Amino acid sequence: MDAALEDRTDALFRALADRTRRDILRRSLVQEYSVSALASFYNMSFAAVQKHVAVLENAGLLVKRRRGREALAHGRVEAVRSAAMLLDELEELWRGRVARIDDLLAQDDNTPS
Amino acid sequence: MPVVNVSHDLETLTLSITAEFAAPVQRIWALYADPRQLERVWGPPSHPATFVDHCLKVGAKTTYYMTGPEGEKYYGYWVLTKVDEPHGFEFDDGFANAEFEPNLDMPVSKNVYRFEAIASGTRATYIGTYASREGLEQVLAMGIVEGATSAINQIDALVSG
Repeated sequence: MDAALEDRTDALFRALADRTRRDILRRSLVQEYSVSALASFYNMSFAAVQKHVAVLENAGLLVKRRRGREALAHGRVEAVRSAAMLLDELEELWRGRVARIDDLLAQDDNTPS
Repeated sequence: MPVVNVSHDLETLTLSITAEFAAPVQRIWALYADPRQLERVWGPPSHPATFVDHCLKVGAKTTYYMTGPEGEKYYGYWVLTKVDEPHGFEFDDGFANAEFEPNLDMPVSKNVYRFEAIASGTRATYIGTYASREGLEQVLAMGIVEGATSAINQIDALVSG
């Protein structure tokens, strides 16, 4: 491992070693949020949330773009996941569905008619 | 285990799963046709699904949302493109806003569900195709991935406590 990669790995883990930052990342993976919109989710100051966003940004987990006066943040899943891993995760989700269908069907037999 | 086959196509970003259920095709169809039964199986325990409008007819629009552990809601919709009761249906699955208006900036996935009678019950084939890796990422980022399978949730588990 070269030093630059080690630094990036450190930044990544440091960024994710905080509950609020993981929550910000989860939300911003789904859609873009302005920092003030993100701040409304937490019981902390705008400045504190802004700091969390900056840590995620420095770790390459989140990018910001400007729209007018707002800074919109969105998460970068590709920083931590490859396409193969994504299909694996989707498979897990679908397997979960199949298992739940199986459970639901099993209840048919147990329900007195 | 009811899952009998899985295939991943990284080129076309397509996932195919074949499962066998010990129930007739009509029963499987009825599950998908009934929003109350569908929502019991659609979302993982951490993100239960609620189907608002749902009708398996060509051109019909299904609207649903999933609720995350902290009450956050993820809205989606299906447009039924092909329906062959009880043998299967096809639909486009997309993201929406809270009014269920399609979010056209987000990619739509194409889904083909088929139910075929076999001696032991039903063989169900599910095929989902994503237009882009980004689209697939968004779907998974909706938090619909169960527990340890999500990279973030894994980290969550590792560092919490």
